[in-house]
Amino acid sequence: MNELIREQFPILHQEVNGHPLVYLDNAATSQKPRVVLDALRHYYEYDNSNVHRGVHTLGTRATDAYEGAREKIARFINASRSEEIVFTRGTTTALNLVASSYGGPRLQPGDEIVVTPMEHHSNLIPWQQLALRTGATLKYIPLQPDGNIDLADVEKVINDNTKIVSVVYVSNVLGVVNPVKEIAEIAHRHGAIMVVDGAQSTPHMKVDVQDLDCDFYALSSHKMCGPTGFGALYGKRKLLAQMEPIEFGGEMINDVGLYESDWKDAPWRFEGGTPIISGAVGLGAAIDFLSEIGMDKIEAHEAHLANYAMERMSQIEGIKIYGPAKRKVGIVTFNLEGVHPHDLATVLDTYGVAIRAGHHCCQPLMRWLEASSTARASFYLYNNEQDVDRLIEALVLTKEYFGDAT
Amino acid sequence: MQLDDLYRRVIMDHYKNQRNRGTFEDGAMTVELNNPTCGDRISLQLQVEDNKVVDAKFSGDGCSISMSSASMMTEAIKGKTYAEALELADRFSSLMKGEEVEFAEYEEIEALSGVNKFPARIKCATLAWNALRKGIGEDSLDN
Repeated sequence: MNELIREQFPILHQEVNGHPLVYLDNAATSQKPRVVLDALRHYYEYDNSNVHRGVHTLGTRATDAYEGAREKIARFINASRSEEIVFTRGTTTALNLVASSYGGPRLQPGDEIVVTPMEHHSNLIPWQQLALRTGATLKYIPLQPDGNIDLADVEKVINDNTKIVSVVYVSNVLGVVNPVKEIAEIAHRHGAIMVVDGAQSTPHMKVDVQDLDCDFYALSSHKMCGPTGFGALYGKRKLLAQMEPIEFGGEMINDVGLYESDWKDAPWRFEGGTPIISGAVGLGAAIDFLSEIGMDKIEAHEAHLANYAMERMSQIEGIKIYGPAKRKVGIVTFNLEGVHPHDLATVLDTYGVAIRAGHHCCQPLMRWLEASSTARASFYLYNNEQDVDRLIEALVLTKEYFGDAT
Repeated sequence: MQLDDLYRRVIMDHYKNQRNRGTFEDGAMTVELNNPTCGDRISLQLQVEDNKVVDAKFSGDGCSISMSSASMMTEAIKGKTYAEALELADRFSSLMKGEEVEFAEYEEIEALSGVNKFPARIKCATLAWNALRKGIGEDSLDN
């Protein structure tokens, strides 16, 4: 990675509180490159129109851009066809769609849903609610002391009563990459479906849904250089075809009578109303941008930064780092002894360093870590070693500040 | 932004040596409140008699701002009537809006005035006060 990539992100070139911005909150949301900003502007300036309706030129352009994005996403995660990509508002909506549309009519008391304690609330609450509504039981795969999942535990938790297994691919707190391919194999052996929360994996590594053999895979645009409010659900064609829509009206209809109606095929049956067309345009541009750089290169770059950060952090006395000792992804979660993470984040902010502090929408995991909250630095393709150095420098100053304040 | 506006010595002192930290054995009104955006939690306990706060204690977990604010608040409201305590809470809200407010009864609270320059942290400072409002607000409704 080099300065040329950084150059393409206008937001990075500003001062915050009198210091050059160091943005290390990428697991919350990523910044947008100029090509994405330009694509959004171009769409609204030249092509804005509703999709699948207008027979005029702009309508055709908008529809091409919208459906073109579907093909780009399909290729990006190696779905076998673009009809397996349902557009949603993001990962949360995608997972809720699976829980409601697939799970709702199929689960009953005695059935089991399996998750892990490291799930983001988006991949936990929809299953809690589904269990409460259907009488199914929610079960947890335990975590090893370093936060990893042991497949022997997976074998113990998943059984013939299991109907749905839903696991995050990359933890937004621990930085672990879960063995979702192996878990999918175990789930399928017992007749369960495998759902993957890909919010934190899609932006940072090469994803192949066919190789993982997952049944559903959810992703968000805004964490991968695209606009907010947009995302996608990958679903195996056979499963999507069996599912009923959960939102009715507008674009999703096939034929409407006075008292009964029927729906388009998947994926369009799940996309009621005027969709987020600019979201598709922006995500399409983001995917082109990321693909051109190469996901393997991005992954290697971030792993290098995370391991460099952990190595330097571990030299600061009183730092506790959560998760495995070596990272494949660019997320480092930590605490500085004697300094609450919110205080830490405020002090770092005064040095222009943006990190996240809190429970990271993972309250059950925080309890498991026995921390009320933690600080988190998360990297992306535009970060560099200098950003890590600035973080370390600010951490040392924070430690001194709170050491002296007493 | 001046960090020293936020972390004054008196705040750090209240954070390191929290006054009224603990729980009453029994008979106290208990209010639990958390800040869902960050996970800070407080449990405020009030010994009340005839619409008056006789004694106060708190427990919970949070940053220096939320805990020192709770420490000062519990000091300030002891012996106050509900009306006086709510009036203090209103004055605290004004302080968070950047207004010049005096706390003659318990001047140390004024050290928290710098929080208004850090908008992201106002919720931390108001947590204990919101627990107070919730507790005595609901109690006054019962009477």
